[in-house]
Amino acid sequence: MFASRFYNIVIPVISVILGLIAGAIIMLLFGYNPISGYAALWNGAFGDLYFTGETIVKVTPYILSGVAVAFAFRTGLFNIGVEGQVFVGWLAAVWVGVALDLPMILHLPLAILAAAVAGGLWGFVPGFLKAKFRVHEVIVSIMMNYIALYTCNAIIRSVITDNEDKTENVAESASLASEWLTQLTFSRLHYGFLIALIGAFLMWFILEKTTKGYELRSVGFNQNASKYAGMNVDRNIVLSFVISGAFAGVAGAMQGLGTFQFMSVNSGFTNIGFDGIAVALLGGNTALGSVLGAFLFGTLKVGALNMPSAGVPKELVDIVVALIIFFVASSYIIRWFLQRSKKEGK
Amino acid sequence: MGIIDILQSIIPAAIFFAAPLIFTALGGVFSERSGVVNIGLEGLMVMGAFVAIVSNLTLAGPLQSLDVWFDQSAPGFLSWLGIIQFGNLTPWVAIIIAIIISAIFSLVHAVASVSFRADQVVSGVALNFLALGVSLFLVNQWYGKGQTDMVEKPFYTADLWLLSDIPVIGPMFFTGYRTSYIAILLAFLVWFIIYKTPFGLRLRSVGEHPMASDTNGINVSRMRYIGVMLSGAFGGLGGAVYALTIAMNFSHATISGQGFMALAAMIFGKWHPLGAMGAALFFGFAQSLSVVSSTIPLLQNVPQVYLLIAPYVLTILALAGFIGRADAPKAIGTPYIKGSR
Repeated sequence: MFASRFYNIVIPVISVILGLIAGAIIMLLFGYNPISGYAALWNGAFGDLYFTGETIVKVTPYILSGVAVAFAFRTGLFNIGVEGQVFVGWLAAVWVGVALDLPMILHLPLAILAAAVAGGLWGFVPGFLKAKFRVHEVIVSIMMNYIALYTCNAIIRSVITDNEDKTENVAESASLASEWLTQLTFSRLHYGFLIALIGAFLMWFILEKTTKGYELRSVGFNQNASKYAGMNVDRNIVLSFVISGAFAGVAGAMQGLGTFQFMSVNSGFTNIGFDGIAVALLGGNTALGSVLGAFLFGTLKVGALNMPSAGVPKELVDIVVALIIFFVASSYIIRWFLQRSKKEGK
Repeated sequence: MGIIDILQSIIPAAIFFAAPLIFTALGGVFSERSGVVNIGLEGLMVMGAFVAIVSNLTLAGPLQSLDVWFDQSAPGFLSWLGIIQFGNLTPWVAIIIAIIISAIFSLVHAVASVSFRADQVVSGVALNFLALGVSLFLVNQWYGKGQTDMVEKPFYTADLWLLSDIPVIGPMFFTGYRTSYIAILLAFLVWFIIYKTPFGLRLRSVGEHPMASDTNGINVSRMRYIGVMLSGAFGGLGGAVYALTIAMNFSHATISGQGFMALAAMIFGKWHPLGAMGAALFFGFAQSLSVVSSTIPLLQNVPQVYLLIAPYVLTILALAGFIGRADAPKAIGTPYIKGSR
């Protein structure tokens, strides 16, 4: 028999391949050339340094939102509120970036910390209500998303600015933008990428290398057993949601301090959080998996923008992504096929 | 402005906003009662809205010309059919097509989560992505742009015969959309089906204890397929009604979060059809407050943001405070594997 570790690697890879094949079949059915379609996608993501830069810009918040969702999943919680936590993190980071005047060594960490705290607070609410009143975390998180959306808009309009639709740019001392990366790639590439990787590392470290992380995972596996072993289940639920929210908040900071340098009024969601669910699922809820999932996701999304140059509507990529997630979800059937083919081979 | 005038502007708006949520939340009840989590309600609404708009745009012309044909050149024995206003039936035909297509579309979720034993949350998330991807791909393919045109044959409000003439209550409750009344009636019908029929008992039993149901000769997989497909039909209906009463066209932003609100309404309503309807009506009421607030003296000076977030804050408070904990169906989220304990 195959080891489960083997499956954890093989099944996502097979799913991605199957998803891409399905996308090719759809292109054929609608009379497009799948090779030129995928070539356009590849060029749109890595064709030159500019596109590569933009792809990494897209990947950066995905890593963190994916990590946020994955972290909560590992504790048995579904944080569908990453979207709202991204919003408040974005706002907090920009607010600190605009309002304060400090040397960079203080300002930038403070702005990122503010984002983490804001996201953590936003995550605290569903976590606390779940632990204290057994309220379903999904519903509270969904509500918190809307509250974040409207509150952030109102704060931008009437607190940070005077009825403007976007804030000023953050001070240079709080910006993640880098001159030489910009000159190298002409894209909006910024140092946030490194922070995202650090975030993924932190998730791995907390969950795998600390006692608290062990407790969190244990609660995710079996609440009753954890309670019996003397762990405080309620406190771990809250903690997990706060940490998850903090990751999501930093994802917002990447947008605010890196990609855009400002925050504007939003009429709807950015989907960074919802896409983070897909990223986490694709990565099997692990840190490394989330990084890889974010890369795949970001590449597909940015590359898709170039697909119309081959005549293919860019929405094809959304279908491919959906199918990949389906295949990952249906790992049972892939496993079944793998095992059967192995038996027959003997 | 008297209290009655205020109610007369708030209540129709509340029912108007609530109707799509009621349909979709009822769909969620079917699916989750059978033991299958349905995060994909959003996607089902997207599919319903897309199909309804496209079929409305496509069929409005042909149905209209059917009217002309009956009026002018139909053979004598068919001329009585001329009474039917086929053109005005367009939105009804459109929602029926949307129901059917969405039910078929939800098969994807059913196959993945029942037969392939997929993680139901993952599969639901995938359903959301798939619906948006497929519909926008096809919109681009068929119309060559990111969104469709506005439909010319949406639903219109209509006075309900006799009932709308009742003083005070009439204008409040009986001058809205036909679809809203259907939503409320359906909620009662679904309640009856789930709690008063053998089918409903079986549906609930496979969601609570599939092994016991299986022992009693109930086909667990079949019940779950039915549950998911009913959620597809109802979700599609919700999306279609949203599209043909509120949005009027289809783009990437037509359905943005309504499915999740319906999911919330279902959980808020404790997986009970009437509870889900009540929660949806509450969301509709809160939403209507922020829309009509400018005409209400008491609310005129309240900053818009408080009214916008009010429904969500109130929901959280209600859940934490006096609604108490709600327990999902016991077997929810777990695939049933014959022979396992």
